[in-house]
Parts: sequence; structure tokens; C-alpha cells
Amino acid sequence: MNNTLIIGQYVPGNSLVHRLDPRTKIVIIFFFVFFIFFANSPASYGLLTLFAITSALTTKIKLPYILKGLKPVWFLIVFTFFLHLFVTKEGEVLLHIFTYPIYSDAVSQGTAISLRFFLLIMVTSLLTLTTTPIEITDAIESLLHPLKRINFPVHELALMMSISLRFIPTLIQETEKISKAQASRGVDFKTGSIKDRMQAIVPLLVPLFVSAFKRAEDLAMAMEARGYQGGEGRTKLRQLRVEKRDILAYVLFVCVLIGLFFTRS
Amino acid sequence: MSGPLIEFQNVSFRYGEDQPWVLKNVNFTIGEGESIAIIGHNGSGKSTIAKLINGLLSPQAGKIFVDGMRVNEKNIWAVRKSVGMVFQNPDNQFVGTTVRDDIAFGLENRGIPREEMIRRIEECLTVVNMSDYVQHEPHRLSGGQKQRVAIAGVLAILPKVIILDEATSMLDPKGRSEIVDTVSALKNNRHMSFITITHDLNEIIHADRVIVMNDGELWLEATPRQLFTKKDELVQIGLNIPFVARLAEELTRVGVELEKHPLNHEELLEELWTYHSKM
Ligand SMILES: Nc1ncnc2c1ncn2[C@@H]1O[C@H](COP(=O)(O)OP(=O)(O)O)[C@@H](O)[C@H]1O
Ligand SMILES: [Mg+2]
Repeated sequence: MNNTLIIGQYVPGNSLVHRLDPRTKIVIIFFFVFFIFFANSPASYGLLTLFAITSALTTKIKLPYILKGLKPVWFLIVFTFFLHLFVTKEGEVLLHIFTYPIYSDAVSQGTAISLRFFLLIMVTSLLTLTTTPIEITDAIESLLHPLKRINFPVHELALMMSISLRFIPTLIQETEKISKAQASRGVDFKTGSIKDRMQAIVPLLVPLFVSAFKRAEDLAMAMEARGYQGGEGRTKLRQLRVEKRDILAYVLFVCVLIGLFFTRS
Repeated sequence: MSGPLIEFQNVSFRYGEDQPWVLKNVNFTIGEGESIAIIGHNGSGKSTIAKLINGLLSPQAGKIFVDGMRVNEKNIWAVRKSVGMVFQNPDNQFVGTTVRDDIAFGLENRGIPREEMIRRIEECLTVVNMSDYVQHEPHRLSGGQKQRVAIAGVLAILPKVIILDEATSMLDPKGRSEIVDTVSALKNNRHMSFITITHDLNEIIHADRVIVMNDGELWLEATPRQLFTKKDELVQIGLNIPFVARLAEELTRVGVELEKHPLNHEELLEELWTYHSKM
């Protein structure tokens, strides 16, 4: 069996950021992402970058590792930069690349947008790097709790998320098993045209779906047998607690926001 | 002792109006602290009985009582508190993302306070010998370990009866013996009833009484020892006779008269090595 399977990109650790209440992390990141769009001067960008880098360092996860995790979006970041570089035609001409004029605003805007993009991705990935999926689920349940009043199924949503998390590894293992079984019967997943390969997926998906439905039915039965009757009157084993460190994190973050408004031009 | 813990009175059941009867006029009682085995071929209605006991299904005819309560809409949650069920597939009854969360699930459903939950989780994991796996995710556990967690989860709600519905049938021999050992330890240490559902005659030898189902009818109620004297009939209703019982019968056929019907290897050995001295 595959014992190293990790869901998401959580890196176990015991740093301050790891130990923060997941709600604190989500709230701060939410507002950070929002306020990134208020930055408009080099100093304000510098301040936000400083905050992001400091947070990243605090996690004690190696910075190269975090940056490597951003690999899929590096291309977008670089692409955004060059797009702005060549499309924006304001400010003074700085230089010519093969007679193509590059404007000063193009450089500054390209940098700003790419930096925003970079910060946004980096800070959100800090959440998934330092928080287990189940903690995130608990936090979402707790943060959405007020929506219960308008009959939004908060508990059900959280339960759905946690059951999905529970079954993702099981289904991955099952997919591996089925694909091996089908490969041994001669189904070829790896070669042939796109169309052939798409068709090869069918004998993989059909048994997978059949078994997933069977599992769902069994699970519903087991949950009922174990006394599940919806969110009413349930107690919770996993509890979230706001500690001193959370207050500290909020205070620091508010300071950064105040700093942001003073450094804006 | 008061009345029986579980009672079926003329129970009939079918899955739909246009479907055949799955249970036909079934009657039996199970006492407190009793250990019962239900056997029968595939499709004989064993799982249906289990689901009727805790109200996952309800009968079209007849009455079912659990712990003095009629099993119906009104009592269903109280009934489910008295009845713990362990199902066949170890994966499809594991709700939590970790062992600890999974055992908590049943307790959370019943609104048990958190401190009490923590105490019971620890205790039940010790009982099934899984204390070292508290934070393990299900995909890092073997089938036998998952079933032991399922048993712990059921124990945690302090039921009066535990139903194991073919709980070992998907396990390898090691996992199977883990579960058999866990259950027999429980039988010795707790005053609880056990219903072991199986189509494997090897698993009934520890039961006080065996209920044999055949095509939705209660075919026979007997002790394990009585049962093994009816080998031909058992084979006829699609059950496999265990090796020890088959050997004993073959021996009888060739003229080796054993004193009693051996149920397991030890008893057979005992019979064989004392046989000569009795001649
Ligand atoms: N959900 C269902 N819908 C319709 N028929 C069912 C359902 N579950 C079981 N049956 C039928 O009921 C009969 C008894 O099933 P079951 O109690 O599961 O048998 P056992 O557990 O002894 O193998 C079988 O013939 C089976 O096909
Ligand atoms: Mg069954």
C-alpha cells in the first residue's frame, strides 16, 4: 500500500504559523489578498512583500521549497510581466528592443501586477503548507457558522468536505488497482492517439464509479447505524481555540495594514 | 433477568411490493449477555435481520423488540444506542479522517461532552489494542486494523449488543484472527450480547447458540455441537463444513467412533490421542 500519500501540500511542523488557529490564518490571508490591490507605491509593495516573506520564514519551511511549490504559476507570473511590458504604451520610452519601444510605465506596471500575483499565490500557499485539510474544513465550518441563520447547510458542507478528504486516498488507491487490473487485461493507457487513450479511460472509470456508489451507500448506512442524525445536538471532538498567538498575529497584521495606508502614494 | 434483549415476533420483510419476501415469518429471541451466531448461504437474509434490529429497515409484518423497546420511528435513536454494528467492508464504514476522529463520530452524534469523549476514545482504543494508531489515517491501516477501529467506535457508545455482519469476510487470515481474538476477549470481559453473522462455519464455534437461515426462513436453532451432527443437511443448504468436522465425520465413517464432535483442532487432537486408550 502507498503509505506516503499526502493530501494537499501540508508540511508537518510546529512553527508559530503551524500552531495558529486555522481561522486566524484564513481571515488574515483573505484580507491580505484584498488589500494587495490597495498597494500603489514601491514602499507599500515593499511592506507587503516584507510581511509575506517574514510569514514564510516563520513557518520554518525552507524558502526554496515554498518557491518550488509555486512552479505551476511561475509561468503565469512571468507571462503577465512580459504582456504588460509590451502592451502598455504610457510614460517615457526607456529603451528599444530591436526597434520595439519599451515604456517606463510598462516596466512599473508589469512589475506591480506580477508582484501582486506572486504575493497572492505565495500567501495562500502558506495556508495549505501549514494547515491540514481537516483544520481548514473546521475553520470554514466555524467561519460560515453565522450563515446557518439563513439556512445555509454549514455542517453538511463541512461533513461533505471531510468525507471527501477521507475518501480521496482510498479512491486513488482503488484507481491504481483498477488500472493495473485493466492493464493486465490488455488495456493500454500509455500509448496510442489521444482518442485511443481517452477510450482506454472508460474501463477505468466505469468500475471506479460503480464502486464509489457502493461505498456511498454503505457509508450512509454505517453513519446512520452510528447514530448520525444531522448537525443538531452534536458535540465536537476537534475544537478550535483562539490563543494569545492569534491575537498577536491579528495585531501585527493590522499594523501592516496601517503601514500600508501611510505608504500609499 | 428481565425479558429478552432482542425479540423477533413473526417478522416478514421484503425490499419492495413487487419483490420476493426476504424474511418469512421469523421468530427468535436473544438474551442479555448471550453470544449468538447467525449463519446461512449468501442471500439468505442475514444482513436484513441485522438491519431490522437497529431500524435501518422496518418489517412489513411482525414486531421487533430491542431492550424492551419496540423498534419503530419513535424509538429508533434509543434502539441504535443499544445496538452497535460492524459491517463487512472495513473501508466503507470509516467516517473520520483519522482513527481518533472516526471513533469520535459516534460519540459526537450522541452529543457526548468532549472530556468524556476523550476518555472513552482512549479506553476503547486500548481494548482493541490500537492505542499506537490514534492519529493514523485509514489508508495507512490494514483491513484488520480498520475493523478493530470500527469495533472500538461501536464499543465507545456502550451498546448492549454488538452485531458483526460478516466483519471478517474481507480480511486476510491475519486480520481475521485479530478480529476473532478481539471479539473473544470482549466476550470474556464485558457483559454484552454478540451477534456474529457469517457464512463461515468456522466462526460459530464460540457461540452459545446458532441460528441457521435458509432462504429467508429460520431453518434451525441449535448449539454449535448439535449443528455439526447435521452435516449433510448443512451442505444441502449451501454451507461449507469446516475441515475438523469433515475429518471427524470421515473418521466415524471408517469406524473410528469419537466420543463427542470436535469443534476445533485442539478438541480433535484430544479425541485422537486419547482414542487408543479408550479402546
Ligand atoms: N437493497 C436491496 N434491495 C433489494 N433486494 C435486496 C437488497 N438487499 C438485499 N436484497 C436481497 O435480499 C436477500 C437477502 O439479502 P441479505 O439479507 O443481504 O442476505 P445475506 O446477508 O444473508 O447474504 C437477497 O436475495 C438480496 O438479493
Ligand atoms: Mg450479508
